[in-house]
Amino acid sequence: MSRLRDVSVDVAVIGGGPAGIAAATRGSEAGKRVLVLDEAPHLGGQIWRHLSRESLPAKARTWLERFDRSGAEGLTETSVVDLQDSRVLAVRWNEEVRVRAPHVIIATGARELLLPFPGWTLPNVMGVGGLQALVKSGASVVGKRVALAGAGPLVLPVAAALARAGARLVVVADRTSASRVLRFAASLAGRPGELWEGVRYRAQFAGTRYRWGTRVISAAGESRVQEATFTAGGRTWTEPVDLLGAAAGLVPNTELARLAGCEVRGGVVMVDALQQSSRAGVWCAGEPAGVGGVDLALLEGEIAGLDAAGQPVPQSLQKARDAGRAHARRLDLAFGLDAVELPPPETIVCRCEDVPCSAFDKSWTMRQAKLYTRAGMGPCQGRVCGAALHAMFGWAPDSVRAPLVPTPVASLISTLESSDATT
Amino acid sequence: MTAATADAVVVGAGIVGAAVAEALAKDGARVTIVDSGAAALGATAVGMGHLVAMDDSPAQLALTSYSLDLWKSLASELPPSVEYDPAGTLWVAEDEMQLEGVEEKIRAYAGRGMPLQWLDGKRVVELEPNLRSGLAGGLLAPRDAILYPPGAARALLDRALARGAQLREHTEVLALDANEVTTTGGTLRAGVIVNAAGTGAVRLTPDLPIVPRKGHLVITDRVPGFCRHQIVEMGYLKSAHRMTAESAAFNVQPRATGQVLIGSSRELVGWDASVNRQLVAAMLSRAQWFMPALAKLQAIRIWTGFRPATQDKLPLIGRWERTPGLWIAAGHEGLGITTSLGTAGLLADLIAGRTPAIDPAPFAPGRRVAA
Amino acid sequence: MARILSILVDGRLLEVSEGITVAAALLNAGEDAFRDSVSGRPRGPVCGMGICFECRVTIDGVRGRRACLERVSPGMRVITRE
Repeated sequence: MSRLRDVSVDVAVIGGGPAGIAAATRGSEAGKRVLVLDEAPHLGGQIWRHLSRESLPAKARTWLERFDRSGAEGLTETSVVDLQDSRVLAVRWNEEVRVRAPHVIIATGARELLLPFPGWTLPNVMGVGGLQALVKSGASVVGKRVALAGAGPLVLPVAAALARAGARLVVVADRTSASRVLRFAASLAGRPGELWEGVRYRAQFAGTRYRWGTRVISAAGESRVQEATFTAGGRTWTEPVDLLGAAAGLVPNTELARLAGCEVRGGVVMVDALQQSSRAGVWCAGEPAGVGGVDLALLEGEIAGLDAAGQPVPQSLQKARDAGRAHARRLDLAFGLDAVELPPPETIVCRCEDVPCSAFDKSWTMRQAKLYTRAGMGPCQGRVCGAALHAMFGWAPDSVRAPLVPTPVASLISTLESSDATT
Repeated sequence: MTAATADAVVVGAGIVGAAVAEALAKDGARVTIVDSGAAALGATAVGMGHLVAMDDSPAQLALTSYSLDLWKSLASELPPSVEYDPAGTLWVAEDEMQLEGVEEKIRAYAGRGMPLQWLDGKRVVELEPNLRSGLAGGLLAPRDAILYPPGAARALLDRALARGAQLREHTEVLALDANEVTTTGGTLRAGVIVNAAGTGAVRLTPDLPIVPRKGHLVITDRVPGFCRHQIVEMGYLKSAHRMTAESAAFNVQPRATGQVLIGSSRELVGWDASVNRQLVAAMLSRAQWFMPALAKLQAIRIWTGFRPATQDKLPLIGRWERTPGLWIAAGHEGLGITTSLGTAGLLADLIAGRTPAIDPAPFAPGRRVAA
Repeated sequence: MARILSILVDGRLLEVSEGITVAAALLNAGEDAFRDSVSGRPRGPVCGMGICFECRVTIDGVRGRRACLERVSPGMRVITRE
């Protein structure tokens, strides 16, 4: 009773965010057969997550329409489990999919860095982007008291979007210190557009102050969050909230690239000028190659898509990409994580296995933490606590193996069996 | 630089080294344990943690049943982190052929004080409702147990440390010579040196007949009560013990967390740690055939690990004649968790000049092993 | 306007808009405890994008489905905290 769907394409793109959409569009326009796989119900990734396309910004609509016209195909609600030797193995609700593709483009995006604090496990405490993703998926925040405590460029647009969606923003906080931000603003001289974008967002929640150098240090509530405590410059205060979005930045999703054997350094997939990874036949575009935002992801996707399709890549694209990368580095300097303070000992760090901070010894490795405490052994496979423990103790992630996501045994058998099978 | 001294230096902080260190410390020795990494990260970390009496040979049955007795008497002193569970093993037979020799097996186990209870196919499924119906029968081994190996190794290490032993982690051993251990952290002199370095033992004592043998395991999400015993197919012994290129057998274990650990495979592929997709598929198919309800459980993780294997399936325990002061406790393959305590008991008796509880001759590290 | 459809959450009938995710549907109905942690504490969605596995629920008899990645469908049966 094999439910395996067998597909052969020229280019397989993993991840249907801006990088994946741009890569697939360019590859398909060049005459190649292209398939995009994504876990979400719609293509678009996190930034372009939507219920209906009308709600998307013009640039997103333009790209998605161009993708449709290009003839590239998309397979949504599909989780990639394994990638080996030009074979992408994925599972869906009721079938397994084997995609044979000589060219694979990894565009798996980024996730949020979620740092533990007392109460962060309470229902209605989410990531900053997490809160926005849920709103984009149809969750209502009308009249809800919302606090945001984030870091960097994501906070502003999320605050604006929540305000538009009817939330009452009680706190909008950014852990980045004002002095670092001023240095960054000075470096923006050549890109005034970005400043104006910030001003536009700012106008949408004008009643709420944007607080630099401010962190959330605890959340409390009976069976859901009811209040959150913030700290800034030695002052500590508590606000009643219905929803709290808290994060400390973004972490590239490099698991698939690492499984494929691509070189990863400093948490980032190493790529050359044409977005090729160290692994022949595998490209990487967007956040896994370094967090840089939607415009950079689109450029990298275009380059990867063209190159994977055997097309020449215009110098102009590469130049724009290089400028985007340089800007991303400046952003990282401004908003990158400062030293992280450890939460109180009883704070849960691994949410899957409920492992408290007191269980860890800073002299360990991630592997010791896993084997001695079970941290990272749950269904999320350490994607949340692994990044937190890296920030807290500097531990490098443990090795990655298939399946990349928990998979029913029967599906796993079917996918693994097909991994080495010949035509 | 003057060398540090100890009565005994144990190389390897896996479960065998930890057990040996504790036994020697109990005999009054000042023990230093040295490990190139940290405790319990080698073969100890990659096995199932099944405490099982096995009878590939009379010597294997002697060592495993002796070890099970030691675990049983230690159980009440172990901390919860060891997750000791006297669950027992249910050996199941797919057909009449797998039942061949069962009476003999029951007699042999009884001779070592290990009860084995015969169950017909109907009774087997009553005991474990997620097994498929129509199995030929099974044997219940109520003295077998389950534990969490890294937890057990660390508990044994703690017991050794409580008796004054010292642990030096991240200290690589460069050479083992007569009464001398050269490490990246200096030289240690000792009357007794024990090579308990698992798959790494052969690097330090090159003539040891140990090869790495790869195994795969798969663990599921939590499904408390899915099964209650370690359940193993009768064909496991043949599968695990024939030194063929690769084999897989049905072997599942209920973890204390409610997860189901699914095994097991054996492969001789040198040090290639990658996941053999086909072999894992075969292993899971076998498991799913025996337990159809496994199909729907979420598999969270696959891992591989190397076990230190010998050709005759018996560990190397005893004096290494060629190097004064050197003793060996290595080559336990998949039975290192079970036999760690028996190994330690045997070795401590030999070192102290006492008569061991079981015949040490079959385990002599210098024995002739047919290739 | 989106079409309205019915789903069954822990035996309670919910009218929800077509196209939204199960996570959004549950949150909108005030159901914010999706699962119980291994030490028995309530948990709800965190990442909203399939990474954290905190929003796991049973959907149509299949355990461990991520509510943030599944769209509601007519007659869908959802069980939380199983």
